[in-house]
Amino acid sequence: AGGLAGAAGANGADPLITETQDWAIYTGAGVDETPYGLPIRFEEDVVRRNVEWLTASPISSINFTPIHALDGTITPQGCAFERHHSGAIELRKEDYRLMINGLVATPLVFDYTDIERFPRENHVYFCECAANTGMEWAGAQLNGVQFTHGMIHNMEYTGVPLRTLLNEAGLGAAGDLADKWVYVEGADASSNGRSIPMEKALDDVLVAFKANGEALRMEHGYPVRLVVPGWEGNMWVKWLRRIEVTDMAVGSREETSKYTDVYEDGTARKWTWVMDAKSVITSPSPQSPVRHGHGPMVISGLAWSGHGQITRVDVSRDGGMSWETARLGKQGDSKALTRFYLDTTWSGEEMLLQSRAMDETGYVQPTKTQLREQRGENSVYHNNCIQTWYVNAEGVAENVEVS
Amino acid sequence: ARAAALEAKVSEIQAAAAERGAGGLSLTAPAPQPGDGYGLGRSALAEEIAAWDVDVLPDGRGLPEGRGDVFTGEEKFAEACASCHGDFAEGVGNWPVLAGGFDTLARKDPVKTVGSYWPYLSTVWDYVHRSMPFGQAQTLSDDDVYAIVAYILYSNDLVDEDFELSHENFADVEMYNADGFVVDDRPEREYTGWRVDPCMENCKETVSITMRSTFLDVTPEDGGESVMNDASAGSGPVFTAVPAQDAEAGTEAPASDDALIGDGERVFRKCRSCHQIGEGAKNRSGPLLTGVTGRTFGTVDGFKYSDAFEEAATEGRNWTEEEMAAFLENPKEHMPGTRMSFAGLKDDADIAAVIAYLKSFDG
Repeated sequence: AGGLAGAAGANGADPLITETQDWAIYTGAGVDETPYGLPIRFEEDVVRRNVEWLTASPISSINFTPIHALDGTITPQGCAFERHHSGAIELRKEDYRLMINGLVATPLVFDYTDIERFPRENHVYFCECAANTGMEWAGAQLNGVQFTHGMIHNMEYTGVPLRTLLNEAGLGAAGDLADKWVYVEGADASSNGRSIPMEKALDDVLVAFKANGEALRMEHGYPVRLVVPGWEGNMWVKWLRRIEVTDMAVGSREETSKYTDVYEDGTARKWTWVMDAKSVITSPSPQSPVRHGHGPMVISGLAWSGHGQITRVDVSRDGGMSWETARLGKQGDSKALTRFYLDTTWSGEEMLLQSRAMDETGYVQPTKTQLREQRGENSVYHNNCIQTWYVNAEGVAENVEVS
Repeated sequence: ARAAALEAKVSEIQAAAAERGAGGLSLTAPAPQPGDGYGLGRSALAEEIAAWDVDVLPDGRGLPEGRGDVFTGEEKFAEACASCHGDFAEGVGNWPVLAGGFDTLARKDPVKTVGSYWPYLSTVWDYVHRSMPFGQAQTLSDDDVYAIVAYILYSNDLVDEDFELSHENFADVEMYNADGFVVDDRPEREYTGWRVDPCMENCKETVSITMRSTFLDVTPEDGGESVMNDASAGSGPVFTAVPAQDAEAGTEAPASDDALIGDGERVFRKCRSCHQIGEGAKNRSGPLLTGVTGRTFGTVDGFKYSDAFEEAATEGRNWTEEEMAAFLENPKEHMPGTRMSFAGLKDDADIAAVIAYLKSFDG
């Protein structure tokens, strides 16, 4: 019966089976042809995309991960979104220096080889730009999950705990650590700097030099970047060159004029670092319509929370009137992407697809209405609303808002 | 039989996996950290720290000595900044506008400029000094930076045209939006309300599309501009909560049971002065009701029943739902001689609800 819905149910014998194909006759590529491989050419549409009119220049801009075409949870580095403020720079390991100064016993300079001599750890974490889904505050805008939710990636990092490096320089000089900060900055021309409270710096922050097993890509901060689990991507400083222990937040451009959230009455929230629980259906979605016939269908998506583990994801097919609990795929660390699946059937009925994540703190992903009631529509950042895709009888999906 | 065997095998594998997980059978260990460090790296020299540690704190610490006036700043700004930010800091194209926008923060699309939004002057000085001009960062002299910052203040009407900014008067400049920020209060304002058991069934009566995507194709395959969407919100479908033919089945759903039980709990308030139910329930002036459905009449240990109930017990009458409903509707008529003084429930929905509530303690 299953065959009826599949492509193999064609009339008559399938020539792909009955006729000997070229690939079964002639030889393929040799092992010396591609020392470092790329995806097969049939997958060439699975790439990062940027939206030209979003920013003034592609040098200070963002592109989006093609999450509609990925599965599992790990993002390949080659299609993981990029955000630069003065472009991605080439910095050789030999030219790399990391300074720790400020309220430490001994200001230190490390070179790259020093970093690799400290005990290191491996962790999978998601990195989400605070502006992910930001275009959707005022309404449904961009037709594609890559554009609405693609400012996110999820990798396995290898790195040295930041606390190890701080300990090396000696934190005794800082006195009471409760009101201390760590200011981190990059080596690029924007020298993007952010202040991180000491409590977080000593908790799970990593000074990372590998991702998904290999060196960081240039666009992700080669050779060394900061990993700040669960917190907004802007704090994950790339090309990390300096760590300064301070007695107050620096109030840099990236933590005052940007990455602060304006509310309806004009006041703004600052220090909104953590990324709240969020989820989205990646398939079906506008760039990944239902291409098969009626019958078995897998609805799939991603869920994550900066507060820890995802504990549950519910899926609605009727715009939030009723919900079914989805099946979770293999989970990574805390503060990592979780894959969810709803294994179901589709008979061509129209759907308003939504997903709703819950995390280990009991937090439930809010609706757009709930978010707007709290914050208005001018926040730009931290939009973790429930997303709706309208899927019509042909399986075409569109970004919509519902009552 | 094969399916059953497969199912058994799967549950065996799952049980084993769950056991491994529950036992915390992970061999992962955190990186060690000796108290006295590893002796890696070298001391940073004073001139190295001076070269890199140029950030300026909100209280002005970190500022170098220097000065610059509005007049000089206007010249420097025209040279170094105006190609992107405009001669009057009004912004060119998508590049940031640096001036004006006062009183727009509470409006749609607020204009967030140095004048209207930035809380600290230190941020302006630090950013211009360290990251600007775009493409020529860190090429401005300290005095140039003072002058340019003075001009940006002037373009925002925050200082007069004869103003000179220096490390000495830096702290005296008052920023318009200095008090416009509050520290993240999501935990109090949002988390407390959003950490709830989410609705699963009958969460809304109807759902319709209120807005459709502004763009249809954001990045067309053959290049060119994003394609707008012609569809209007009204053209979408309307979803209704319970389709007519499914209405009966709908009442069977577990979540609607939950709602019914919730209603029943409210109805049970009328009974609570005499009856207890649930864990640790005791007999009061009425018998405890935990597990009452299906129980034989008059058989709760230690409760002194009326003759009417003693008689029903010997007859072996059971608390079926029909018995329960009839009794609750009019106790004295259904069980003449009962000592229960309750007048009865007039509303059938209340009866159904309270029965559901009583049944919920049967487990």
